[in-house]
Amino acid sequence: MNWEKLTEALFPAGHAVTAQDDFLSGTALVGEQTVTVVGTTGHAAIGVEIALAQARTILQTVRDTPGRAIVMLVDTQGQRLRHRDEMLGINSYMAHLGKCVDLARRKGHKVVALVYDQALSGGFITSGLMADACYALPDSTIRVMGLPAMARITKVPEEVLTELAQSNPVFAPGPENYLRMGGLQAIWDSGAGLLADQLAQALRDAPSTDERSALGLARGGRRMAQRLIDAVISGSHVHVD
Amino acid sequence: MNGKQISYLEASARKRLSGMVDAGSFSEFCPPEMRQTSPHLALLDAPLAFDDGVVVGRATLEGLPILVAAQEGRFNGGAVGEVHGAKIRGLLDKALIERPAAVLLLVDSGGVRLHEANAGLIAVSEVMRALLDVRQADIPVIVLIGGSNGAFGGMGIVSRCANVVIMSEEGRLAMSGPEVIETASGVEEFDSRDRALVWRSTGGKHRYLLGDCQRIVADDVAAFRQAAQEAITACRMQPVALTLEALEQEQDMLARRIERFGAMRDPLEIWAALGMSQPEQVPMLDVDDFINAAAPCRLGAQP
Repeated sequence: MNWEKLTEALFPAGHAVTAQDDFLSGTALVGEQTVTVVGTTGHAAIGVEIALAQARTILQTVRDTPGRAIVMLVDTQGQRLRHRDEMLGINSYMAHLGKCVDLARRKGHKVVALVYDQALSGGFITSGLMADACYALPDSTIRVMGLPAMARITKVPEEVLTELAQSNPVFAPGPENYLRMGGLQAIWDSGAGLLADQLAQALRDAPSTDERSALGLARGGRRMAQRLIDAVISGSHVHVD
Repeated sequence: MNGKQISYLEASARKRLSGMVDAGSFSEFCPPEMRQTSPHLALLDAPLAFDDGVVVGRATLEGLPILVAAQEGRFNGGAVGEVHGAKIRGLLDKALIERPAAVLLLVDSGGVRLHEANAGLIAVSEVMRALLDVRQADIPVIVLIGGSNGAFGGMGIVSRCANVVIMSEEGRLAMSGPEVIETASGVEEFDSRDRALVWRSTGGKHRYLLGDCQRIVADDVAAFRQAAQEAITACRMQPVALTLEALEQEQDMLARRIERFGAMRDPLEIWAALGMSQPEQVPMLDVDDFINAAAPCRLGAQP
């Protein structure tokens, strides 16, 4: 779904979201509530400029409109792979964006993210994965790296990875796997007229604490994480059944 | 120097830890005897480690209570999988209960472990949020980078969420590895075999000059230890939690960085623009001479 159709469907009461190159920003109405919208489109490669532009929108929201909810629209191919970005310290720009989202949440802004096309790696970790809750459309793609590249780096044959990807959510791309691991709150029904209500509900339900490892355990996609966290906290042994 | 210098770069995670904290003070959570190995590596018949490549525990540093994690770069490049990430997350959550004087993260990691990529990616974002919870509780988080894997990918991001980053000149702090960029964008974009360029672009001296790390030390475990102790003290003098004002300052600093240096091709040009008198000599300076030369030039000087 392109961002114009998406914003029409998400915000039937009206919006003023615009794109500057691959950067989306503006405001919109969810029911009678005004929200800040920030995100990317065109499978944006997240370089230093677009990371900083997103951070600026969030900081302005925190400063000028305390408590206003923030909706992040995610479509990214991951961090930009350039020497210039590395030289300038792109990890600091990414971390800054993540910290701005975190600050907004702590100051009482609900932050809901939606992966509406692609989410990869570094572009995702500091946007959707820093929100109170992250959702995805059913035909979206979420992954760290494609299986061929993963096969090269891990030196595990691609056929083996492809086969394992059928049964194990930890390598395979796709929103269902992120759902099972607790990384997504839910996958939305993209049927006509349904998105706006799901967004409004998500803004009402946004959890204030990080429940993802518990969700991952309950849904069976990450069976170890919550147990290890509990074991470190309590100093007890890990119970694995 | 008493001749007992231990190279931080060459030491294992456990050796770094034993030199960083007060003798006999360390107790480990989820120690190797518990054999908490990665179920995902096992499925791939890949080698396992009984600590999954990270050591977490409680210790004292000059008598101050701390919680500490040390990544083992020799195991899968210190990469973060489900178990590895959960141990760090658990340690950070534990800090909210124990309220140590600081949490130290000895980072030595290429980022997310690709064998369990999806779980690792979520784990790193959980670590980011947990780290910021610790800061919100007024407990400083200090990151040390001087291992051979540096701090890349998700751990490069996590590192810049901390209050203080301490690096050696051998340490590297960035996002995508040079090999990844070369594969994706060509050797003319980033020649990963040009070690001098890699070092100039990601190494401790460059990061110190840009303000992405607050302290630079020699490749010596004792030097890291002393800098960590000083950083804990320095953190008492300023807000530990994120503030809007601090993030607005960071926004300005990062915007100015693009304006000033965004058209440059090589860190040597940046160092010259910062006023380093003989930029090409910077790699040769020992750490004390470098700190003196950098003092009037470096950006973002804080603790």
